[in-house]
Amino acid sequence: MSALLEGDRLDKSFGPTPALRGASIAVEAGEVVAIVGASGSGKSTLLHCLAGIVRPDAGTVRYGDAELTAMADGERSRLRRSEFGFVFQFGHLVPELTCLENVALPLRLAGIRRREAEQRALEWLARVEVEQVARSLPGEVSGGQAQRVAVARALIGGPSVVFADEPTGALDSLNGERVMQLLTAAARETGAAVLLVTHEARVAAYSDREVTVRDGVARDLRVLA
Amino acid sequence: MSLPRTLLGLLDPQPAHGYDLKRSYDQHFAGEKPLAYGQVYAALARMLSNGLIEVAGVEAGDGPDRKRYAITDAGVTELRSWLATPEPPAAYLQSTLYTKIVLAVLTGSDPQELLDSQRSAHLAEMRVLTRRKQGGDLATQLVCDHALLHLEADLRWLELTAARIDDLRQAVTR
Ligand SMILES: Nc1ncnc2c1ncn2[C@@H]1O[C@H](COP(=O)(O)OP(=O)(O)OP(=O)(O)O)[C@@H](O)[C@H]1O
Ligand SMILES: [Mg+2]
Repeated sequence: MSALLEGDRLDKSFGPTPALRGASIAVEAGEVVAIVGASGSGKSTLLHCLAGIVRPDAGTVRYGDAELTAMADGERSRLRRSEFGFVFQFGHLVPELTCLENVALPLRLAGIRRREAEQRALEWLARVEVEQVARSLPGEVSGGQAQRVAVARALIGGPSVVFADEPTGALDSLNGERVMQLLTAAARETGAAVLLVTHEARVAAYSDREVTVRDGVARDLRVLA
Repeated sequence: MSLPRTLLGLLDPQPAHGYDLKRSYDQHFAGEKPLAYGQVYAALARMLSNGLIEVAGVEAGDGPDRKRYAITDAGVTELRSWLATPEPPAAYLQSTLYTKIVLAVLTGSDPQELLDSQRSAHLAEMRVLTRRKQGGDLATQLVCDHALLHLEADLRWLELTAARIDDLRQAVTR
């Protein structure tokens, strides 16, 4: 079986600090994988390497037939835009754009006309239960609403992989769970895989399986097998 | 959970037959294991003899279900006082897990392995509960949340312990 996204023996240091030391992980199409482990163990660094945001010092990242680690920056950014979606701890919405425009953004960048992009964005906002904030700026909505907007933006382009780093980290538990329900339900419907970094077990429980990172080494039972 | 007190609570709004009590108990609290009739009638007999309930009416015919039961004033007092009394904060799994971790350290096996495998086991159970919760009504959600939060507390304690495993090793091998 060949994985959709695969990190093979990844090393990454920040100055003298090793963040990853030979971490390997494989993600199948459509599965929800939680990356768990102690603070500072390398979870975010692993996610960033897999998403092509950080280039590892050694090791390879493969997405389908493409080797991310061998690509030029521009090519990698293009792939990221067309194939990946992102949800971070604090929404990371564009503050000058309305929530609707934020959700429509991935479609606009893909060359889709404004009317159609915003029509589909509105549908996504309804799906994550925040149509009412369509015309608001991100600074004018609650943390829970902003995260739902971020979920809609991550999924609207039909990505194959959604990367989520502590997506519920700034939310109370009821809102956090709702965001996880919406994120995983939408991902399952659209067939997107989700790579989820979290330190909360109740959030990790929305995954199909977990990969534990300890001192920069990922313990992926599927890769070890 | 105290079955007699739970039945008292179900009898509080209006008198009921044993069968009604079993049905509403199963509906609210049983989860996967419904109450046996024997348990209901045994509890009712005890509550009758303690004066917490009384027979409010007997219908013609025979069989145990002819009687309708009602809560007495003593029963209401008992119920109110039970509801007002906090449960003793119980230590759940900690003692077993703690014993295992200390033994792992003492026998020279890797306590981190134990922590990782326990986390996997906990997460597997938490996934089941999360799935059940997502498909369930509000009552199911609340019951699952309680179990989920307890399992999460176990895991947080395990992670705290893992972060201090070297101190623990020094403490127990001295
Ligand atoms: N940009 C950076 N510059 C310097 N050091 C970094 C940087 N990013 C990560 N590190 C270091 O690399 C190690 C792993 O960090 P990483 O952020 O991947 O951990 P994490 O598992 O995500 O932790 P947390 O749960 O606290 O978010 C840490 O020692 C961290 O200090
Ligand atoms: Mg992190």
